[in-house]
Amino acid sequence: MAEYKKPLPSPDEDTREYWEGCKRHELLMQRCNDCKTFRFPPLPMCPKCNSMKWGWSKVTGRGKIYSWFVVHQPTHPDFVDDVPYTVVIVELDEQKGIRLPSNMVDCGPEDLKVGMPVEVVFDDVTEEFALPKFKVVA
Amino acid sequence: MYDARGLKDKTAITGIGWTEISRNSGVSVLSLAAEACKTAIDDAGLKMEEIDGIVTHNMSDSVMPQQVATCLGLPQLGYHLEYWGGGPASDQTIINAVMAVACGMAKNVVCFRALNGRSGRRIGGGDERPQATSDSQFLIPYGWTSFLHSCAPWIHRHMVEYGTTERQLGALCVSQRHNATMNERAMLRKPITIEDYLASRWVAWPFRLLDICIEVDGAVALVVSSAERAKSLKHSPVYIMGMALGGGPLPSYYGMNIAAFLRNSHTELFGKYISPSLYRMAGITPKDVDIIEFYDEMSIAPLMQLEDFGFCKKGEGGPFIEEGRTKLDGELPVNTHGGFLSEGYLHGLNHVAEAVSQLRGDAGPRQVKDAEIALTTGVGGEVGSALLLRR
Repeated sequence: MAEYKKPLPSPDEDTREYWEGCKRHELLMQRCNDCKTFRFPPLPMCPKCNSMKWGWSKVTGRGKIYSWFVVHQPTHPDFVDDVPYTVVIVELDEQKGIRLPSNMVDCGPEDLKVGMPVEVVFDDVTEEFALPKFKVVA
Repeated sequence: MYDARGLKDKTAITGIGWTEISRNSGVSVLSLAAEACKTAIDDAGLKMEEIDGIVTHNMSDSVMPQQVATCLGLPQLGYHLEYWGGGPASDQTIINAVMAVACGMAKNVVCFRALNGRSGRRIGGGDERPQATSDSQFLIPYGWTSFLHSCAPWIHRHMVEYGTTERQLGALCVSQRHNATMNERAMLRKPITIEDYLASRWVAWPFRLLDICIEVDGAVALVVSSAERAKSLKHSPVYIMGMALGGGPLPSYYGMNIAAFLRNSHTELFGKYISPSLYRMAGITPKDVDIIEFYDEMSIAPLMQLEDFGFCKKGEGGPFIEEGRTKLDGELPVNTHGGFLSEGYLHGLNHVAEAVSQLRGDAGPRQVKDAEIALTTGVGGEVGSALLLRR
């Protein structure tokens, strides 16, 4: 594998299990143990019931395109060779409002539509990290 | 909703000052800060020893109140505050000064924002290589690498949900540039047309180069005094009749914090949440406002604020602008100095200073006739701050 030169996540106490799940090709969502509400990004307290007890639930990884933008002028030196590139926001089917920033692996912006069904795939960018990305549901 | 009616008209902005706004100041940030503060204090007609408070905001790119107090040679520094933040902090510095003066912690407070935001550290990109830590660990690996990118869903979702068009965004950029042609401080003074806007290159679809603020070097300062003291100073006082800050649920900082994505709406900003307190304190309604200086790091921000501060219904900001109502000769002029899109991105206190110029009646060729009440805002996405000023 060619050396991966783009920025990698820096997991912390609240996010480590998310990235470990990705490495196993499982999309895990943090979920309150008390009120069962999903939340993303990971937080140490449930904003709905203030419980500090949480677990991680494997989710289907299916969702719908919520929004996207297409970068033509890079603002980070590591993405200079990628322009134009598209960043999407995917709303997961599990719960309204759970939205993941990501990239599509199989389509460009001309094919994107709001509400279009997509599902997660994992891009093993290094031995340590897999980034969840999305593909169109056929 | 909180109740700050007791502070209505208790304080006034008595002095305003700028440095030159440029692409490369060639001087230190401390030099800019000291020059703007000295100019504002002289503009008020106050003696240096009457200044006993300093409030500023920064994004780890500026100087401390103590350094400025040293340059100014203040015999004593009392109330001082250094607030970390960009947009939402701008009007918030004035709010802090008002509270300090109104409760007796200070007599005359100078508020400033100073930065070499063009020649020095830029926040809209440049050579920096931000790391994917904290919330940005979910953004940067995918190429979401600037606060500008965080404005993209505002535009896209507003287009999706309300049919807002690029021509509507463009109309605002054109009218703000027109205002800037009459503003000697403005960085960009060459008039543009809607065709120029539509031909402007994409930085990140759905926004173009002309949708974005212009980063600059410079400083601006304002002096807040008691209404009583203001009566005997050089200019007629500009009273602070209303002020509010905050936001709704899950108030992320719009930079690279993605708590915002938990929210149900990408098409409303903080204004919806703070405007009831703002108008109640001032005892007015949106119909009473004559001019607005909206925080405009991106063209979509004024459009959404027109809706969120009650000047039109949700979703109608685009047509409101395209009909010409926010032009200098329209019923509700917006960003009379050109805003960040044309004057320069001094992070908001320049908008307050422009409102003061207008209310004093000394805005020169861009003066709005009979402007009595102005709204100014500072935006940080889901949180922000706002002032209602009157002459």
